[in-house]
Amino acid sequence: MRYIALIVVLLSGLVLLYTEKDLPPWGDPNSPASLHVSPKYLRDSLQETAVPNVVTSVLADYRGYDTMFETTVIFCAGLACFVLLRVFKVERKEAHYRHKATGLIIHVKVPNLLDNSSEFERVDTMWVPHDLILKTMCRFLIPFIQLFALYVVAHGHHSPGGGFQGGVILGASIILLSISFDLRTGLERVNERSISLMSATGVFVFTGIGAICLFLGSQFLNYGILSKILGVDPVMSRSWGIFGVEVGVAITVMAVMIGIYNYISSEGKLDEGL
Amino acid sequence: MGWHVDIIILTLVVITAIAAIQIKDLLATAILFGAYSFMMCVLWSIMGAVDVAFTEASVGAGVSTVFFVAAIFHTTRRSQD
Amino acid sequence: MADIIGYILGKYNYWMAVVLMMIGLYAMLAKKNLIKKIVGMNIFQTAIILFYISIGFKKGATVPIIEHNTHVIDVAKYANPLPHVLMLTAIVVAVSTFGVALALAVRVYQEHGTLEENEILSELQE
Repeated sequence: MRYIALIVVLLSGLVLLYTEKDLPPWGDPNSPASLHVSPKYLRDSLQETAVPNVVTSVLADYRGYDTMFETTVIFCAGLACFVLLRVFKVERKEAHYRHKATGLIIHVKVPNLLDNSSEFERVDTMWVPHDLILKTMCRFLIPFIQLFALYVVAHGHHSPGGGFQGGVILGASIILLSISFDLRTGLERVNERSISLMSATGVFVFTGIGAICLFLGSQFLNYGILSKILGVDPVMSRSWGIFGVEVGVAITVMAVMIGIYNYISSEGKLDEGL
Repeated sequence: MGWHVDIIILTLVVITAIAAIQIKDLLATAILFGAYSFMMCVLWSIMGAVDVAFTEASVGAGVSTVFFVAAIFHTTRRSQD
Repeated sequence: MADIIGYILGKYNYWMAVVLMMIGLYAMLAKKNLIKKIVGMNIFQTAIILFYISIGFKKGATVPIIEHNTHVIDVAKYANPLPHVLMLTAIVVAVSTFGVALALAVRVYQEHGTLEENEILSELQE
C-alpha cells in the first residue's frame, strides 16, 4: 500500500509541477487574479460602505451570501458532534472527593454520596493536584481575554479582525476556564442549553437581517435599505448591517467551539473533562 | 531581504509537516501540528494577509490543538506507524 | 543556467505549496492510524490556502486596509483582497471538518478499541 501511495503521490506531484509553468510570475500586480473584480472592490469599498478594511466589507457585504452559508456549516459541525457523541444516561460507579480544609482525597464506591456537602468538593477520576497558582492566574486573565475578543469583534471595520476571530477567542476563554478548573465549573457558567440556543441564535441573526432587508422592499442581504428603519444614509446603514452580521457570526462560532470541546473532552457524558 | 525570510520559513514549514506525520507519539504530533499552523500564520502575515493570519493563529495554534489533545486523551497515545 | 535558476526562484511559493499538498496526500493514503490521516487532511487544506494567498500577493504592496485620508486609491499598492476572503471561509470549513473528524475517531475507538485501520478491518470481517 505504501508503494502504491508513493507512486500516486509522485505522479500527481509531477503533473501539478508541470502545470505551474503557465502561472503568472509571483508578485505581479498585473496578474489576471488582480485585474477584473478586485480593483473595483478596492476602489469603491470606502465610498459605498464606509469600511476601510476591504476584506471585512467584501466578506460581509459584497459576498455576504457565502458567509451566511459558512455560518451554517459551523452550526452543522456543532450539531454533528452533538449527534455523534452525546450520551444521556450515565451510570456513575465511583467518585473521588477532596476535603477542602486538609486536601485529603477519598475514593468512594457509592456514587452521589457527598455531592451536596459543603466540606467536600468533587474531583475528576484522572486526578490532578489542586494548583493554586494556575487557578488564580487563569481566573485573573479570563475577563481580559473576553474584553479583547469583544474589541476584535467591534473593530472589524478598521483593523484585522471581525466576527469569526472574535468568536474563536471568546470560545477559547471559556475553554481555558474548563481546562484550568474543571469541566463542571465551565458548565456552571455556560451550560449545554445556552450553548445550543446561542449557536442557533447566531445563524438566525444573520438570516434575520437578510430577511428584514427583503421585507423592506429590496433584495436579500442588501443592507442599504436598512436606512429606512435606522434613520441614517444608505452608506452608513451598510456599515451597520456589516456590524450586525459580524455579531451573529461571533455568537455562533463561540457556542460551537465551546460545544465541540465539551463533547470531545468528556466523551459525550458532560461529567468529567480533561 | 523579503525572500530570505520566506525561504527559511517555508523550509521550516516543510520540515514540521514531515515530522508531524512520521512521529509515532501522538502527543508530539499534536504539538508539532500546532507549530506547523503557527509557521503558516507567520508566512501569510509576511505576504500581507493579516486577516487570514489572525484567523489561523487563533484557530490552528489555539483551539485546534486543544481539540487534538482532548481527542488523544480519550484514545491511545501511541500509534503503530 | 541563470535562466532556469531565475525560473525556479521566481515561483518557489507555488512549488512549496505543491510539495506540501503531496505530503498531505501521502499521509492520507499510506498511514494506517486514523489520527495521522486526519492530520494529513489538514496539511492538504492549509497547503491549498497557501497557494491562494500566494496568488494574491503583489510585490511592495501593503495590507488591504485603506488608509485614512486617501482620495485617489492606487490599486497596485494594496494586496488583492479577494483570495483572503475566500480563504477565510476555507479555514472555517477546515476547523469544522477537523472537529467532526476527531469526534468520529473517538467514537470509532469506543466501538472497536483501536485506531489502526488494519485491526479495525480484520475485526469487522469476523
